Amino acid sequence: MAHLALNDITKKFGRHTALAGLDLEIADGEFFVLLGPTGAGKTTTLRLIAGLEHPDAGTIRIGGEDAAEWSAAERDVALVFQYYSLYPHYTVRQNLEFPLKAKHRRLSPEEIGERVAKAAKTLRIEHLLERKTDRLSGGEMQRVSIGRAIVREPRVFLMDEPLSNLDAKLRELLRAELKDLQMKLGATFLYVTHDQVEAMSMGDRVGVLDHGRIVQVGTPFEIYNRPRNTFVATFVGSPAMNLLPARLVDGRLVIVPQRFEIALEPAVLERLRGRSGEIMVGVRSEDIEVRPGLPLEAQVYGVENHGVEKIVTLKACDHLLRATVPARTELSVDSGSTFGFNQGKLKFFDPASGSNISYGEEAHHG
Amino acid sequence: MSDIVLRDVEKYFGDNYIIRKLNLEILAREFVVLLGPSGCGKTTTLRAIAGLEDIDSGDILIDGHAVQNLRAAERDIAFVFQLFALYPHLTAYENIAFPLRATNESKAVVDQRVREVAKTLRIDHLLQKRPSALSGGDMQRVAIGRALVRRPKALLMDEPIGALDAKLREEMRAELKHIHLQNEATTVYVTHDQVEAMAMADKIAIMNEGVLQQVGTPSEVYQQPRNLFVAQFIGSPIMNVMDGAVRPGDAATTLVLGEDDARLRFPSELYHRVVEHRHVEDELSIGVRPEGVLVERQPTDGYIAVEAHIIEPLGPYDIVDLKLGKLLVRARTASGFVEKAGDVVWARLDEKQTHFFSTRSGETLDIRL
Repeated sequence: MAHLALNDITKKFGRHTALAGLDLEIADGEFFVLLGPTGAGKTTTLRLIAGLEHPDAGTIRIGGEDAAEWSAAERDVALVFQYYSLYPHYTVRQNLEFPLKAKHRRLSPEEIGERVAKAAKTLRIEHLLERKTDRLSGGEMQRVSIGRAIVREPRVFLMDEPLSNLDAKLRELLRAELKDLQMKLGATFLYVTHDQVEAMSMGDRVGVLDHGRIVQVGTPFEIYNRPRNTFVATFVGSPAMNLLPARLVDGRLVIVPQRFEIALEPAVLERLRGRSGEIMVGVRSEDIEVRPGLPLEAQVYGVENHGVEKIVTLKACDHLLRATVPARTELSVDSGSTFGFNQGKLKFFDPASGSNISYGEEAHHG
Repeated sequence: MSDIVLRDVEKYFGDNYIIRKLNLEILAREFVVLLGPSGCGKTTTLRAIAGLEDIDSGDILIDGHAVQNLRAAERDIAFVFQLFALYPHLTAYENIAFPLRATNESKAVVDQRVREVAKTLRIDHLLQKRPSALSGGDMQRVAIGRALVRRPKALLMDEPIGALDAKLREEMRAELKHIHLQNEATTVYVTHDQVEAMAMADKIAIMNEGVLQQVGTPSEVYQQPRNLFVAQFIGSPIMNVMDGAVRPGDAATTLVLGEDDARLRFPSELYHRVVEHRHVEDELSIGVRPEGVLVERQPTDGYIAVEAHIIEPLGPYDIVDLKLGKLLVRARTASGFVEKAGDVVWARLDEKQTHFFSTRSGETLDIRL
């Protein structure tokens, strides 16, 4: 178990900059998720920590010590990949024993047996130990891959989208299992994914990565409720946060002149501190209320029934907005309706930079 | 716009059934989604309707006419694949106009049809661009435009947005549904993604291992699943399913979960309904979706004390794993409602949202309280 710190890491591949001044600190025993789209630099970060790549600049500290001169084996970190790297002709037991038989480990057969038994019990694969790995299901194979990491008792677990090849139901199940496993082991986990649901549901903290830079680090609650910029705001959450270009005029939010504007509540105005002019307003689907008698008019463009709730697409002037409504709400396409915003939950972004204009203060007030 | 009827359709390879006794009616203008895990027979069914795959027995009727012996081209059906099969050297306009080349339509008519379709799809400003200059979503719109321009009797789509990223998929879902409402083409859509099916379908046909499990509107398959397969395939997080048994009492039925992991008070009617079904000796499977697990922070009559295990904060709400003895039951709560793992809270199952299945057959007992 170890603390992990990356300081000002830069990594280039030819002319492509994969990571640009990346800072990251992961506490001992933390489940940390690195979230970002394809090409953001997630896998490169893992490979640098594992010692499979070397940074062009910056330092990596594992357990407080500079790891620059350490080989991959000396770093004592375990990598679990999206594709299970199991030996197909061997049994599950042999696959689990394999990493322990390396000479430098000097483990007795009894110790090896104990570790394998313990890992198999933790992962509930004891009944599969004598089975060959090519006769396992996808979920079982991924459990065995994780088992191969566990038996080593590494200082840090690095996981590279380990669930993305599994079907939706199995992914959901293993998500909870992995979180449970990490809690039981008390281990440091660095988990990489492009799936915001995985990040939100498993991470103690989430780091959002975009173009080789960390945009924001925070608990899932902070990331969701206080996004630092429009990238984080729209990347996290489903449906994506609605973003509307608007203007602030005399305490009113004007989205389309004359046809679509609202008077802002005093508490919201206070947050804006006299700001006026162009602004980007963000509102999550659950913060739009749809029912008769509200100030803004819209046409129902589409209705999606998700069972537990419905997602309604509203067309207001030329804007399409997503709203989450209770499943019993009856709305028909092309009919008119009215809507309003939960003003306390509105987010305001600088239209040029995309930064959340009240980011620091909100964080302050909790 | 046409209706499509599948009657006792079967397809097998040797002893293996790919499709077994499939009966399905698709009404004119309807948007029907064939949903199921990989290998369930949904794509084979779609290809059989299109004429890309032969069937071994049964009938496929389009507008009342059997078409199973007609070639694909004679069925007047358009097919949209997952990978946008566009001609790279042609503009969006030429790609959409392509299927009309073989017809004898005048240039003016072709032009009018292409522009009409492009307007519906909101790609009228992109018509002079080649596919390489288009985004994934726009390419798929052009592919759909090419399918619609012929005004086919039906539109068949095989996971058309499966290759797009999550955000774009979300947008295209709404877009495709809107396009459907405007042009009213009978649509059969294949996917393994239950979210997509729920979001878009008028009717969902759920398949597993070549067998049709249930056909219904999104709210029917969500609220009244016919069997355990449908119950657990539809909805995310997955429906909780536990072993259960009922015990009679004076004013209530006691529902015993797992190996006596929890005892819950249910209406006395439940025991009688189970007896009616002669399922007292039979094992019951109790199903409840996370929103059907009610949670309170204070001791409440009829609720039992449980320990919160893992909390998944998903943003607008949390999914909390509750320990009922050895069972784990997932509940959906307001964001932050349960503060931390290890907290004790009080829970019960909402009887109106509890489903009862026979463990042996997996079929619903049709008991609704």
